Amino acid sequence: MTLPAISVRNLVKRFGQTPVLQDIDLDIPEGKVSCLIGPSGSGKSTLLRCLAFLEEATEGMITVNGEALGFFENARGERERLPSTQIRAVRAQIGMVFQQFNLWPHMTALGNVSEALKTVHKVPRKEAEERAMAQLKKVGLENRAGHYPAQLSGGQQQRVAIARALALSPKIMLFDEPTSALDPELTGEVLTVMRDLAADGMTMVVVSHEIGFAATIGHQISFLDQGRLVLTGAPADVFAKPRHPRLEQFLDTYLDRGASMLA
Amino acid sequence: MMFDPGVILKHLPEIISGTGVTLALWIAGMVLGMFIGFVVATLRRYGGVMVDIPLGLVVEVLRGTPFLIQIFLVYYGGPFVGISLDPIPCGLLGLSIYAAAYYSEIFRAGYGAVPHGHVEAAECLGFSRLQVIRRILLPEMALIVLPPSVNLSVILLKESAVLSIITVPELTTTVSAIGSQEYAFLEAIFLLAVIYWVIVEAAARLGRFAESRFSTYRFSTP
Repeated sequence: MTLPAISVRNLVKRFGQTPVLQDIDLDIPEGKVSCLIGPSGSGKSTLLRCLAFLEEATEGMITVNGEALGFFENARGERERLPSTQIRAVRAQIGMVFQQFNLWPHMTALGNVSEALKTVHKVPRKEAEERAMAQLKKVGLENRAGHYPAQLSGGQQQRVAIARALALSPKIMLFDEPTSALDPELTGEVLTVMRDLAADGMTMVVVSHEIGFAATIGHQISFLDQGRLVLTGAPADVFAKPRHPRLEQFLDTYLDRGASMLA
Repeated sequence: MMFDPGVILKHLPEIISGTGVTLALWIAGMVLGMFIGFVVATLRRYGGVMVDIPLGLVVEVLRGTPFLIQIFLVYYGGPFVGISLDPIPCGLLGLSIYAAAYYSEIFRAGYGAVPHGHVEAAECLGFSRLQVIRRILLPEMALIVLPPSVNLSVILLKESAVLSIITVPELTTTVSAIGSQEYAFLEAIFLLAVIYWVIVEAAARLGRFAESRFSTYRFSTP
Protein backbone atom coordinates (compact mmCIF):
# COMPACT_ATOMS: atom_id res chain seq x y z
CA MET A 1 0.00 0.00 0.00
CA THR A 2 1.26 3.47 -0.86
CA LEU A 3 1.86 6.10 1.77
CA PRO A 4 -1.36 7.86 2.78
CA ALA A 5 -1.60 11.54 1.88
CA ILE A 6 -2.52 12.32 5.47
CA SER A 7 -2.20 10.06 8.42
CA VAL A 8 -3.76 10.80 11.80
CA ARG A 9 -2.64 8.86 14.88
CA ASN A 10 -4.18 8.93 18.36
CA LEU A 11 -5.48 12.42 17.84
CA VAL A 12 -7.17 14.06 20.80
CA LYS A 13 -8.58 17.57 20.79
CA ARG A 14 -9.94 19.28 23.86
CA PHE A 15 -11.31 22.78 24.19
CA GLY A 16 -10.38 23.45 27.80
CA GLN A 17 -11.66 20.40 29.64
CA THR A 18 -14.21 19.48 26.99
CA PRO A 19 -13.09 16.63 24.74
CA VAL A 20 -14.08 17.30 21.12
CA LEU A 21 -12.13 14.55 19.42
CA GLN A 22 -10.93 11.33 21.02
CA ASP A 23 -8.48 8.71 19.80
CA ILE A 24 -8.82 9.46 16.12
CA ASP A 25 -6.86 7.17 13.79
CA LEU A 26 -7.42 7.90 10.15
CA ASP A 27 -5.57 7.52 6.85
CA ILE A 28 -6.50 9.75 3.93
CA PRO A 29 -5.62 7.90 0.72
CA GLU A 30 -3.84 9.81 -2.04
CA GLY A 31 -5.80 10.80 -5.14
CA LYS A 32 -9.10 9.84 -3.55
CA VAL A 33 -12.08 11.65 -2.07
CA SER A 34 -12.52 11.06 1.63
CA CYS A 35 -15.71 12.27 3.26
CA LEU A 36 -16.27 13.01 6.92
CA ILE A 37 -19.92 12.74 7.87
CA GLY A 38 -21.73 12.88 11.15
CA PRO A 39 -24.25 14.87 13.15
CA SER A 40 -23.63 18.43 14.33
CA GLY A 41 -21.13 18.52 17.15
CA SER A 42 -19.63 15.20 16.16
CA GLY A 43 -16.24 16.87 15.70
CA LYS A 44 -15.94 16.43 11.94
CA SER A 45 -15.24 20.10 11.25
CA THR A 46 -12.77 20.25 14.13
CA LEU A 47 -10.96 17.23 12.72
CA LEU A 48 -10.73 18.92 9.33
CA ARG A 49 -9.48 22.12 10.96
CA CYS A 50 -6.80 20.09 12.73
CA LEU A 51 -5.70 18.78 9.32
CA ALA A 52 -5.43 22.40 8.12
CA PHE A 53 -3.60 23.29 11.36
CA LEU A 54 -6.23 25.91 12.10
CA GLU A 55 -6.72 24.00 15.35
CA GLU A 56 -3.82 22.46 17.18
CA ALA A 57 -4.49 18.93 18.31
CA THR A 58 -4.08 18.43 22.07
CA GLU A 59 -2.45 15.04 21.64
CA GLY A 60 -1.44 12.79 18.79
CA MET A 61 0.28 13.16 15.45
CA ILE A 62 -0.66 14.22 11.97
CA THR A 63 1.66 13.55 9.04
CA VAL A 64 1.20 14.95 5.54
CA ASN A 65 2.94 12.89 2.86
CA GLY A 66 5.21 11.54 5.56
CA GLU A 67 6.07 14.97 7.06
CA ALA A 68 4.92 15.89 10.55
CA LEU A 69 2.33 18.69 10.70
CA GLY A 70 2.84 21.09 13.58
CA PHE A 71 4.23 18.65 16.11
CA PHE A 72 6.74 15.85 16.03
CA GLU A 73 7.88 13.20 18.45
CA ASN A 74 11.43 13.82 19.64
CA ALA A 75 14.02 11.20 20.61
CA ARG A 76 12.56 10.90 24.11
CA GLY A 77 9.11 10.28 22.72
CA GLU A 78 7.83 13.72 23.71
CA ARG A 79 5.57 15.82 21.56
CA GLU A 80 7.35 18.96 20.39
CA ARG A 81 6.25 21.89 18.26
CA LEU A 82 7.99 22.40 14.94
CA PRO A 83 9.43 25.80 13.98
CA SER A 84 6.88 27.99 12.23
CA THR A 85 8.70 28.04 8.87
CA GLN A 86 8.53 24.25 8.79
CA ILE A 87 4.86 24.30 9.77
CA ARG A 88 4.18 26.71 6.92
CA ALA A 89 6.03 24.49 4.45
CA VAL A 90 3.89 21.46 5.33
CA ARG A 91 0.70 23.53 5.33
CA ALA A 92 1.55 24.75 1.83
CA GLN A 93 0.67 21.30 0.53
CA ILE A 94 -2.89 21.76 1.76
CA GLY A 95 -5.64 23.94 0.33
CA MET A 96 -8.67 24.83 2.42
CA VAL A 97 -12.20 25.78 1.41
CA PHE A 98 -14.52 27.20 4.07
CA GLN A 99 -18.24 27.07 4.64
CA GLN A 100 -18.35 30.89 4.68
CA PHE A 101 -16.04 31.23 1.61
CA ASN A 102 -13.92 33.81 3.46
CA LEU A 103 -13.06 35.76 0.36
CA TRP A 104 -11.37 39.09 1.04
CA PRO A 105 -14.00 41.73 0.30
CA HIS A 106 -11.55 44.45 -0.71
CA MET A 107 -10.12 42.45 -3.60
CA THR A 108 -11.68 41.38 -6.89
CA ALA A 109 -12.07 37.70 -7.75
CA LEU A 110 -8.80 37.90 -9.65
CA GLY A 111 -7.18 39.72 -6.72
CA ASN A 112 -8.33 37.04 -4.29
CA VAL A 113 -6.93 34.24 -6.43
CA SER A 114 -3.62 35.92 -7.29
CA GLU A 115 -2.93 37.48 -3.85
CA ALA A 116 -1.05 34.58 -2.24
CA LEU A 117 1.06 34.08 -5.35
CA LYS A 118 2.08 37.74 -5.25
CA THR A 119 2.44 38.27 -1.51
CA VAL A 120 3.67 34.91 -0.28
CA HIS A 121 5.45 33.46 -3.31
CA LYS A 122 6.64 36.78 -4.80
CA VAL A 123 5.44 35.81 -8.26
CA PRO A 124 5.49 38.90 -10.53
CA ARG A 125 2.07 40.52 -10.83
CA LYS A 126 1.51 39.72 -14.48
CA GLU A 127 2.42 36.06 -14.15
CA ALA A 128 0.40 35.71 -10.93
CA GLU A 129 -2.66 37.14 -12.62
CA GLU A 130 -2.25 34.86 -15.62
CA ARG A 131 -2.07 31.85 -13.33
CA ALA A 132 -5.04 33.13 -11.32
CA MET A 133 -7.01 33.62 -14.53
CA ALA A 134 -6.32 30.01 -15.52
CA GLN A 135 -7.79 28.87 -12.18
CA LEU A 136 -10.83 31.08 -12.60
CA LYS A 137 -11.34 29.53 -16.03
CA LYS A 138 -11.20 26.11 -14.40
CA VAL A 139 -14.13 27.02 -12.14
CA GLY A 140 -15.96 28.76 -15.01
CA LEU A 141 -15.61 32.32 -13.73
CA GLU A 142 -13.12 33.94 -16.10
CA ASN A 143 -15.78 36.51 -17.02
CA ARG A 144 -16.18 37.50 -13.35
CA ALA A 145 -12.50 38.21 -12.71
CA GLY A 146 -13.04 41.93 -12.09
CA HIS A 147 -16.00 41.49 -9.74
CA TYR A 148 -15.77 42.00 -6.01
CA PRO A 149 -17.11 39.25 -3.74
CA ALA A 150 -20.14 41.41 -2.87
CA GLN A 151 -21.05 41.37 -6.56
CA LEU A 152 -21.00 37.56 -6.82
CA SER A 153 -23.57 34.95 -5.84
CA GLY A 154 -22.73 32.55 -3.03
CA GLY A 155 -22.01 29.75 -5.47
CA GLN A 156 -19.70 31.99 -7.48
CA GLN A 157 -17.94 33.14 -4.32
CA GLN A 158 -17.31 29.56 -3.27
CA ARG A 159 -15.94 28.74 -6.74
CA VAL A 160 -13.58 31.72 -6.47
CA ALA A 161 -12.54 30.41 -3.03
CA ILE A 162 -11.78 27.01 -4.59
CA ALA A 163 -9.78 28.70 -7.37
CA ARG A 164 -7.89 30.69 -4.72
CA ALA A 165 -6.84 27.49 -2.94
CA LEU A 166 -5.98 25.74 -6.22
CA ALA A 167 -3.77 28.61 -7.39
CA LEU A 168 -1.01 27.45 -5.05
CA SER A 169 -1.11 23.93 -6.52
CA PRO A 170 -1.84 22.11 -3.27
CA LYS A 171 -1.51 18.33 -3.14
CA ILE A 172 -4.51 18.00 -0.86
CA MET A 173 -7.76 19.98 -0.76
CA LEU A 174 -9.87 20.23 2.38
CA PHE A 175 -13.51 21.26 2.16
CA ASP A 176 -15.38 22.34 5.29
CA GLU A 177 -19.08 22.07 4.49
CA PRO A 178 -18.53 23.91 1.21
CA THR A 179 -22.21 24.02 0.25
CA SER A 180 -23.89 24.49 3.63
CA ALA A 181 -24.14 28.27 3.29
CA LEU A 182 -25.64 28.07 -0.19
CA ASP A 183 -29.17 27.95 -1.54
CA PRO A 184 -30.00 24.46 -2.81
CA GLU A 185 -30.00 25.87 -6.35
CA LEU A 186 -26.42 27.05 -6.00
CA THR A 187 -24.94 23.92 -4.44
CA GLY A 188 -24.93 22.17 -7.83
CA GLU A 189 -22.36 24.46 -9.43
CA VAL A 190 -19.97 24.02 -6.48
CA LEU A 191 -20.42 20.24 -6.40
CA THR A 192 -19.73 20.14 -10.15
CA VAL A 193 -16.41 21.91 -9.64
CA MET A 194 -15.58 19.45 -6.86
CA ARG A 195 -16.51 16.47 -9.05
CA ASP A 196 -14.18 17.77 -11.79
CA LEU A 197 -11.43 18.13 -9.24
CA ALA A 198 -11.99 14.57 -8.01
CA ALA A 199 -11.91 13.31 -11.60
CA ASP A 200 -8.50 15.00 -12.01
CA GLY A 201 -7.22 12.83 -9.16
CA MET A 202 -6.98 15.50 -6.47
CA THR A 203 -6.71 14.18 -2.92
CA MET A 204 -9.76 15.61 -1.18
CA VAL A 205 -11.15 15.57 2.33
CA VAL A 206 -14.73 16.77 2.45
CA VAL A 207 -16.84 17.51 5.48
CA SER A 208 -20.34 17.61 4.11
CA HIS A 209 -24.00 17.27 4.77
CA GLU A 210 -24.39 16.27 1.14
CA ILE A 211 -24.74 12.56 1.83
CA GLY A 212 -25.62 11.97 -1.81
CA PHE A 213 -22.37 13.59 -2.91
CA ALA A 214 -20.43 11.58 -0.35
CA ALA A 215 -22.01 8.33 -1.45
CA THR A 216 -21.49 8.88 -5.17
CA ILE A 217 -18.12 10.68 -5.33
CA GLY A 218 -16.48 9.57 -2.08
CA HIS A 219 -14.01 6.71 -2.11
CA GLN A 220 -13.81 6.60 1.65
CA ILE A 221 -16.49 7.50 4.16
CA SER A 222 -15.75 8.20 7.80
CA PHE A 223 -18.65 8.51 10.20
CA LEU A 224 -18.02 10.48 13.37
CA ASP A 225 -20.23 10.65 16.41
CA GLN A 226 -19.55 12.43 19.71
CA GLY A 227 -15.91 13.02 18.90
CA ARG A 228 -15.14 9.45 17.96
CA LEU A 229 -14.59 7.82 14.63
CA VAL A 230 -17.34 5.22 14.53
CA LEU A 231 -16.47 3.63 11.23
CA THR A 232 -14.41 4.21 8.09
CA GLY A 233 -14.64 2.39 4.81
CA ALA A 234 -15.68 2.36 1.18
CA PRO A 235 -19.17 3.80 0.63
CA ALA A 236 -20.47 0.41 -0.48
CA ASP A 237 -19.44 -1.09 2.85
CA VAL A 238 -20.36 1.81 5.10
CA PHE A 239 -23.80 2.29 3.58
CA ALA A 240 -24.49 -1.44 3.09
CA LYS A 241 -27.26 -2.95 5.20
CA PRO A 242 -27.34 -3.89 7.96
CA ARG A 243 -25.80 -0.58 8.96
CA HIS A 244 -24.23 0.50 12.17
CA PRO A 245 -27.21 1.50 14.34
CA ARG A 246 -25.93 5.04 15.02
CA LEU A 247 -25.31 5.59 11.28
CA GLU A 248 -28.77 4.22 10.48
CA GLN A 249 -30.29 6.70 12.89
CA PHE A 250 -28.23 9.55 11.41
CA LEU A 251 -29.15 8.65 7.83
CA ASP A 252 -32.85 8.53 8.69
CA THR A 253 -32.76 12.26 9.17
CA TYR A 254 -31.33 12.66 5.68
CA LEU A 255 -33.73 10.54 3.66
CA ASP A 256 -35.58 13.56 2.40
CA ARG A 257 -32.40 15.52 1.72
CA GLY A 258 -30.88 13.80 -1.30
CA ALA A 259 -29.93 10.51 0.28
CA SER A 260 -33.19 8.74 -0.45
CA MET A 261 -31.35 6.64 -2.99
CA LEU A 262 -29.64 4.91 -0.08
CA ALA A 263 -32.82 3.85 1.61
CA MET B 1 -19.50 97.58 22.03
CA MET B 2 -19.39 97.41 18.23
CA PHE B 3 -18.36 94.47 16.14
CA ASP B 4 -15.36 95.70 14.18
CA PRO B 5 -14.19 93.45 11.33
CA GLY B 6 -11.37 95.89 10.63
CA VAL B 7 -9.40 94.36 13.52
CA ILE B 8 -9.37 91.05 11.67
CA LEU B 9 -8.07 92.59 8.45
CA LYS B 10 -5.41 94.53 10.27
CA HIS B 11 -3.96 91.38 11.84
CA LEU B 12 -4.52 89.08 8.87
CA PRO B 13 -0.86 87.97 8.50
CA GLU B 14 -0.66 86.85 12.15
CA ILE B 15 -4.00 85.10 11.90
CA ILE B 16 -2.85 83.22 8.81
CA SER B 17 0.38 82.25 10.51
CA GLY B 18 -1.51 81.04 13.62
CA THR B 19 -3.89 79.04 11.45
CA GLY B 20 -0.88 77.52 9.70
CA VAL B 21 0.67 76.43 13.00
CA THR B 22 -2.63 74.92 14.13
CA LEU B 23 -3.10 73.06 10.84
CA ALA B 24 0.48 71.78 10.86
CA LEU B 25 0.32 70.58 14.47
CA TRP B 26 -3.11 69.06 13.94
CA ILE B 27 -2.15 67.11 10.82
CA ALA B 28 1.22 66.01 12.19
CA GLY B 29 -0.40 65.02 15.50
CA MET B 30 -3.07 63.09 13.68
CA VAL B 31 -0.61 61.19 11.48
CA LEU B 32 1.76 60.42 14.34
CA GLY B 33 -1.12 59.57 16.67
CA MET B 34 -2.64 57.26 14.11
CA PHE B 35 0.68 55.52 13.57
CA ILE B 36 1.43 55.12 17.28
CA GLY B 37 -2.17 54.10 17.93
CA PHE B 38 -2.00 51.41 15.27
CA VAL B 39 1.28 50.08 16.66
CA VAL B 40 -0.19 50.04 20.18
CA ALA B 41 -3.34 48.22 19.03
CA THR B 42 -1.23 45.69 17.12
CA LEU B 43 1.11 45.09 20.06
CA ARG B 44 -1.85 44.66 22.38
CA ARG B 45 -3.41 42.15 20.00
CA TYR B 46 -0.37 40.01 19.33
CA GLY B 47 2.04 40.75 22.16
CA GLY B 48 0.44 38.64 24.88
CA VAL B 49 -0.86 39.67 28.31
CA MET B 50 2.48 41.10 29.46
CA VAL B 51 2.24 43.73 26.74
CA ASP B 52 -1.52 44.12 26.65
CA ILE B 53 -2.09 44.96 30.32
CA PRO B 54 0.55 47.72 30.77
CA LEU B 55 -0.34 49.33 27.44
CA GLY B 56 -4.02 49.11 28.33
CA LEU B 57 -3.29 50.89 31.59
CA VAL B 58 -1.46 53.73 29.82
CA VAL B 59 -4.33 54.10 27.35
CA GLU B 60 -6.83 54.27 30.21
CA VAL B 61 -4.86 56.97 32.03
CA LEU B 62 -4.50 59.04 28.86
CA ARG B 63 -8.18 58.73 28.06
CA GLY B 64 -9.23 59.30 31.63
CA THR B 65 -7.46 62.60 32.24
CA PRO B 66 -8.02 66.01 30.60
CA PHE B 67 -5.65 66.97 27.82
CA LEU B 68 -5.17 70.32 29.54
CA ILE B 69 -3.65 68.59 32.56
CA GLN B 70 -1.53 66.21 30.48
CA ILE B 71 0.04 68.98 28.44
CA PHE B 72 0.55 71.13 31.53
CA LEU B 73 2.32 68.27 33.32
CA VAL B 74 4.62 67.51 30.38
CA TYR B 75 5.54 71.14 29.71
CA TYR B 76 5.90 72.48 33.23
CA GLY B 77 6.61 69.20 35.02
CA GLY B 78 8.95 67.77 32.36
CA PRO B 79 12.01 69.83 33.39
CA PHE B 80 11.88 68.26 36.90
CA VAL B 81 12.56 64.85 35.37
CA GLY B 82 15.02 66.18 32.80
CA ILE B 83 12.64 66.62 29.87
CA SER B 84 12.76 70.21 28.67
CA LEU B 85 10.94 70.75 25.42
CA ASP B 86 10.17 73.88 23.43
CA PRO B 87 6.47 74.66 23.16
CA ILE B 88 6.00 73.38 19.59
CA PRO B 89 7.74 69.98 19.98
CA CYS B 90 6.09 69.58 23.37
CA GLY B 91 2.69 70.38 21.88
CA LEU B 92 3.19 67.98 19.01
CA LEU B 93 4.33 65.22 21.36
CA GLY B 94 1.38 65.78 23.68
CA LEU B 95 -1.14 65.93 20.86
CA SER B 96 0.27 62.77 19.21
CA ILE B 97 0.21 60.71 22.40
CA TYR B 98 -3.22 61.94 23.37
CA ALA B 99 -4.51 61.04 19.89
CA ALA B 100 -2.67 57.72 19.93
CA ALA B 101 -4.60 56.59 23.01
CA TYR B 102 -7.89 57.07 21.20
CA TYR B 103 -6.68 55.80 17.83
CA SER B 104 -5.43 52.62 19.50
CA GLU B 105 -8.96 51.93 20.70
CA ILE B 106 -10.36 52.63 17.23
CA PHE B 107 -7.88 50.20 15.67
CA ARG B 108 -8.58 47.64 18.40
CA ALA B 109 -12.23 47.72 17.40
CA GLY B 110 -11.16 47.61 13.74
CA TYR B 111 -9.14 44.44 14.33
CA GLY B 112 -12.11 42.90 16.08
CA ALA B 113 -14.49 43.74 13.25
CA VAL B 114 -12.66 41.76 10.56
CA PRO B 115 -14.11 38.23 10.42
CA HIS B 116 -11.59 35.73 11.76
CA GLY B 117 -12.24 33.47 8.77
CA HIS B 118 -10.59 36.04 6.49
CA VAL B 119 -7.41 35.69 8.55
CA GLU B 120 -7.66 31.90 8.60
CA ALA B 121 -7.99 31.83 4.81
CA ALA B 122 -4.76 33.83 4.54
CA GLU B 123 -2.98 31.62 7.09
CA CYS B 124 -3.93 28.54 5.11
CA LEU B 125 -2.34 30.13 2.06
CA GLY B 126 0.93 30.66 3.90
CA PHE B 127 0.72 34.36 4.82
CA SER B 128 3.00 35.44 7.63
CA ARG B 129 1.47 37.50 10.43
CA LEU B 130 2.84 40.75 8.99
CA GLN B 131 1.49 39.88 5.56
CA VAL B 132 -1.91 39.19 7.08
CA ILE B 133 -1.87 42.59 8.80
CA ARG B 134 -0.64 44.48 5.74
CA ARG B 135 -2.69 42.83 3.02
CA ILE B 136 -5.86 41.68 4.79
CA LEU B 137 -6.52 43.29 8.19
CA LEU B 138 -5.39 46.85 7.49
CA PRO B 139 -7.24 47.33 4.19
CA GLU B 140 -10.35 45.58 5.49
CA MET B 141 -10.52 47.66 8.64
CA ALA B 142 -9.81 50.92 6.78
CA LEU B 143 -13.48 51.37 6.01
CA ILE B 144 -14.51 50.42 9.53
CA VAL B 145 -12.13 52.83 11.26
CA LEU B 146 -12.70 55.73 8.89
CA PRO B 147 -15.84 57.30 10.46
CA PRO B 148 -14.54 57.18 14.07
CA SER B 149 -11.16 58.46 12.85
CA VAL B 150 -12.74 61.48 11.20
CA ASN B 151 -14.69 62.07 14.38
CA LEU B 152 -11.52 61.87 16.46
CA SER B 153 -9.63 64.19 14.12
CA VAL B 154 -12.35 66.81 14.60
CA ILE B 155 -12.07 66.51 18.38
CA LEU B 156 -8.29 66.68 18.10
CA LEU B 157 -8.41 69.94 16.16
CA LYS B 158 -10.49 71.54 18.85
CA GLU B 159 -8.31 70.09 21.63
CA SER B 160 -5.28 71.67 19.94
CA ALA B 161 -6.55 75.02 21.25
CA VAL B 162 -5.37 73.83 24.67
CA LEU B 163 -1.78 74.18 23.41
CA SER B 164 -2.21 77.94 23.91
CA ILE B 165 -1.56 77.43 27.64
CA ILE B 166 2.02 76.36 26.90
CA THR B 167 2.47 79.38 24.58
CA VAL B 168 2.49 77.48 21.29
CA PRO B 169 1.94 80.25 18.69
CA GLU B 170 -1.13 78.55 17.25
CA LEU B 171 -4.50 79.95 16.31
CA THR B 172 -6.03 80.39 19.76
CA THR B 173 -2.86 81.97 21.20
CA THR B 174 -2.56 84.36 18.28
CA VAL B 175 -6.16 85.44 18.10
CA SER B 176 -6.55 85.83 21.88
CA ALA B 177 -3.47 88.03 21.88
CA ILE B 178 -4.98 90.18 19.16
CA GLY B 179 -8.18 90.37 21.17
CA SER B 180 -6.40 91.63 24.27
CA GLN B 181 -4.18 93.96 22.33
CA GLU B 182 -7.08 95.61 20.49
CA TYR B 183 -9.68 95.27 23.23
CA ALA B 184 -11.70 93.31 20.63
CA PHE B 185 -12.56 90.16 22.59
CA LEU B 186 -15.86 89.49 20.88
CA GLU B 187 -14.34 89.72 17.40
CA ALA B 188 -11.49 87.45 18.42
CA ILE B 189 -13.67 84.75 19.93
CA PHE B 190 -16.09 84.92 17.03
CA LEU B 191 -13.28 84.67 14.50
CA LEU B 192 -11.80 81.67 16.34
CA ALA B 193 -15.11 79.84 16.25
CA VAL B 194 -15.51 80.50 12.53
CA ILE B 195 -12.00 79.36 11.60
CA TYR B 196 -12.22 76.15 13.66
CA TRP B 197 -15.63 75.41 12.27
CA VAL B 198 -14.50 75.90 8.65
CA ILE B 199 -11.59 73.48 9.14
CA VAL B 200 -13.82 70.93 10.90
CA GLU B 201 -16.39 71.13 8.14
CA ALA B 202 -13.72 70.64 5.47
CA ALA B 203 -12.32 67.62 7.35
CA ALA B 204 -15.75 66.06 7.75
CA ARG B 205 -16.54 66.51 4.06
CA LEU B 206 -13.19 65.01 3.08
CA GLY B 207 -13.96 62.07 5.37
CA ARG B 208 -17.37 61.50 3.84
CA PHE B 209 -15.86 61.66 0.37
CA ALA B 210 -13.19 59.09 1.28
CA GLU B 211 -15.84 56.87 2.83
CA SER B 212 -17.96 56.81 -0.30
CA ARG B 213 -14.91 56.19 -2.48
CA PHE B 214 -13.64 53.34 -0.30
CA SER B 215 -16.98 51.68 0.11
CA THR B 216 -17.83 51.17 -3.57
CA TYR B 217 -16.75 47.54 -3.45
CA ARG B 218 -19.09 46.76 -0.59
CA PHE B 219 -22.31 48.10 -1.96
CA SER B 220 -22.19 48.28 -5.75
CA THR B 221 -23.96 45.67 -7.81
CA PRO B 222 -22.74 44.13 -11.07
